[in-house]
Amino acid sequence: MAQERVPCSTGATSRRCLLVVLLVSLGYLLSACGGSSNSITLYNGQHEQTTDALVARFEKLTGITVNVRSDDEDVLAAQINQEGSNSPADVIYTENSPALEYLQNRGLLAPVAASTLASTPSRYNSPQGDWVGVSGRVSVLIYNTRLLKPSQLPTSVMQLADPIWKGRLALAPSETDFQPVVTSVARTYGDAAALRWLEALKANAGAHSYPDNETITNEVNLGQAAIGIINQYYWYRERAQVGASSMHSAIAYFAPRDPGYVIDVSGAAVLKSSAHRARAQKLLAFLVSAQGQQIIAHSDSFEYPIASGVKTAQPETPFKDLQPNPIGIAALGDGAKALSLLQKAQLL
Amino acid sequence: MSATTVRELDPAPPPLAPESRPPAPARRRRIPRLLLACGALVALLLLLPLAFLVLEAVQDGWSTLHPLLFRSLTATLLWNTVSLTVVVTALCAVTGTIAAWFVERTDLPGRRIWAVLVVIPVGIPDFVTSFGWKSAFPSLGGFAGAALVMTLAVYPLVYLPVAACLRSADPAQEEVARSLGLGRLKTFWRVTLAQVRVAVLGGCVLVALVMLAEYGAFEILGYRTFTTEVYTEFLSGFNAPAACALSLVLVVLSLVVLTGEGLSRGRGRQSKAGGLAARVPRPHRLGRSRVPVLAGFFALVGLALGVPAGAIVYWILHGGSSTLPSASIFSAAWHTVFYSAAAGLLATLAALPVAILSVRHSARPTRWLERSTYLVLAMPGLVIALALTYFSERYAAGFLYQSSAMLIAAYAIMFFPLALVAVRASVAQAPPGLEEVGRSLGRSRMEVLWRLTMPLVAPGLAAAFCLVFLEAVTELTATLVLIPTGAQTLATQFWAFQSNISYGQAAPYAGLMILIAAVPSYVLGRWFDRLPSRAVAS
Repeated sequence: MAQERVPCSTGATSRRCLLVVLLVSLGYLLSACGGSSNSITLYNGQHEQTTDALVARFEKLTGITVNVRSDDEDVLAAQINQEGSNSPADVIYTENSPALEYLQNRGLLAPVAASTLASTPSRYNSPQGDWVGVSGRVSVLIYNTRLLKPSQLPTSVMQLADPIWKGRLALAPSETDFQPVVTSVARTYGDAAALRWLEALKANAGAHSYPDNETITNEVNLGQAAIGIINQYYWYRERAQVGASSMHSAIAYFAPRDPGYVIDVSGAAVLKSSAHRARAQKLLAFLVSAQGQQIIAHSDSFEYPIASGVKTAQPETPFKDLQPNPIGIAALGDGAKALSLLQKAQLL
Repeated sequence: MSATTVRELDPAPPPLAPESRPPAPARRRRIPRLLLACGALVALLLLLPLAFLVLEAVQDGWSTLHPLLFRSLTATLLWNTVSLTVVVTALCAVTGTIAAWFVERTDLPGRRIWAVLVVIPVGIPDFVTSFGWKSAFPSLGGFAGAALVMTLAVYPLVYLPVAACLRSADPAQEEVARSLGLGRLKTFWRVTLAQVRVAVLGGCVLVALVMLAEYGAFEILGYRTFTTEVYTEFLSGFNAPAACALSLVLVVLSLVVLTGEGLSRGRGRQSKAGGLAARVPRPHRLGRSRVPVLAGFFALVGLALGVPAGAIVYWILHGGSSTLPSASIFSAAWHTVFYSAAAGLLATLAALPVAILSVRHSARPTRWLERSTYLVLAMPGLVIALALTYFSERYAAGFLYQSSAMLIAAYAIMFFPLALVAVRASVAQAPPGLEEVGRSLGRSRMEVLWRLTMPLVAPGLAAAFCLVFLEAVTELTATLVLIPTGAQTLATQFWAFQSNISYGQAAPYAGLMILIAAVPSYVLGRWFDRLPSRAVAS
């Protein structure tokens, strides 16, 4: 039987092979190290749908190149924490405020320009002024329209603890969007009641425990589960992807001021370690400018722009008509309370 | 066949466990200092993640970690992790061994084709396999789902060494047993299994370690283990100390696996066949059982390869639109191949000194040095990435952070044990006598290494490269942290689409990953085909 040879196996040939590979690699490695002089790096925890459109317009307007690095917002926050003063990030843009509050509490953020902060209602910005709110999202019920009629829906998030939802509730305990709801319930009814509520949700969800809201939306739409809590835009996004004819679900709001009816804020901040703070501040200013807010209103983001005067195209209820629980940014905090409750309920 | 020649030159084939080698004064050479330095440097780099885990975990203090570690969820996770690992390892051992026996020892129709088809699933990313199953059967999940999907994804890790072992093991033993009146089943149980025991164990260790660190598949299937919990702590709690403390539990579990394997390998008798089985065994005739056996193979390949491939084709044809921005699959493919190939090269080179040390200069310290390098296999990728971030930031002012070089180094660290398994096997196979002859003829040590040892171990190096390449192609979580900003790999882009339920857009990335992975899977299958038994498993 003839011995087959792998190309790089005889002495002289392999040496040459190796040399070529090494030279090419070295060239590539070094070339990757250079960066454009007029650029900034954005750590993006927001959905890429939202960020991509915003960044494209910003680059066109300013000529500043934005290097986008996308990952889960909490991983990015943990990463920035590890990177410390050497962080390559200039701006961080997150889905929810707790990640920003966490970085702010660790002293890793630079103050946002006053003019930028002034563009949005102050209740949606960092009370300390280290990050600015960009868009709003509201927690709602999603239900499968073949399995449930609107009259059967709970009006309060607390009712989801009822055993009638056993095996029918979809839950994403590790989803960062769920934490503000937990914080809000704990603030309204106290920690002990919130813990009992979480334990009941856990029992009701059973095997329908999912990694994120995208999965909840998809599974409820397919009828794997009957009902779940999501932020409103996931449903609109699902509809944009699968088409209205494939939608077998709808969203419903909780009763006004219910603790499950929470507006939480997606925001952005400049890092204290940034070497390009002026450019980074420009990006923040753009996000809350009329142009930036128009993009959020009309792109596949489906979130609510929060600077005054910009109306969103999709969600049927206008932002100003929402009647959420009055919990504010400061009370939502860095989510530590929600996390400890979720851990006590063995959901995390 | 050159492999045979090699074995003929070495009258005493290298024993399985180096420690059982009879004391031969000629072999007790002084350990070359350069070699030792290289080996120690590699081991030190591989222990960095462990150092990071300890540093982070102690940062919060015992009082914070205690309630997190000692609660009922920990017991649940421990049970989930251990029970699934045990069941999947057992299922892989059975599936892999039986499949290997039929392919190697019977007149199964289409043996050569089956030999390739049953190996390819190892090259399919686990999260693609589970994506395929989940999208075909949306209600799949839980223990049964995870056990099914993981078994189908990793059984080739047992099949490969067992098939190689069967190919070169002495068939005469079976024939003698049969001629002495032992039934076919009893012969298989008492003779064949005894011959392949070490290969099965070696495969099982890889399966168990891979299971401990698995994340993507369980995330998709909704099954919670220690590793998914580690990710949860990072992903929704910024709780690095907690995540690190939980990872230390994983390290302990992997120590249990390694120790268990070491103990069971040391006991009992070992196959004597290795160097003697130069003749081709006469295959068993399947006769009437041919039809059910063939059906079994169709089922195995259909489930392991057909379901994920079918789901991918389905989604490419029927996928809807996505709200995510479109991405360049070519650029992602280029990055994937470049990073993975470079990591394969780096890990293989790094494995060489460690393998030579542990085979040629076996002593307690060098064995410890070798064993310590296996621990990284059970550590979650995210932990390894953050460890590199930590050290680069603390001690190198962020030097090379998020460069291609650091990502490649991370891959090489993560998958080093796979390279070591392959390199060590082929170093063990190369006769040290030849090197001594080379040295006695006045050649320098480096020259001997380059001109004599390297060509002999080249197939093993190729296999090491392939194994690391395969795993690196599918790596996700460390990649997200360390990849140069702006670059994407097939895995990161697949994940972005998949987690957005944009299956139609995710599918081509999965398909391309399988195609890229099929090449080394094939090479690997061929290599294990040629390698004598005992080296593979040791």
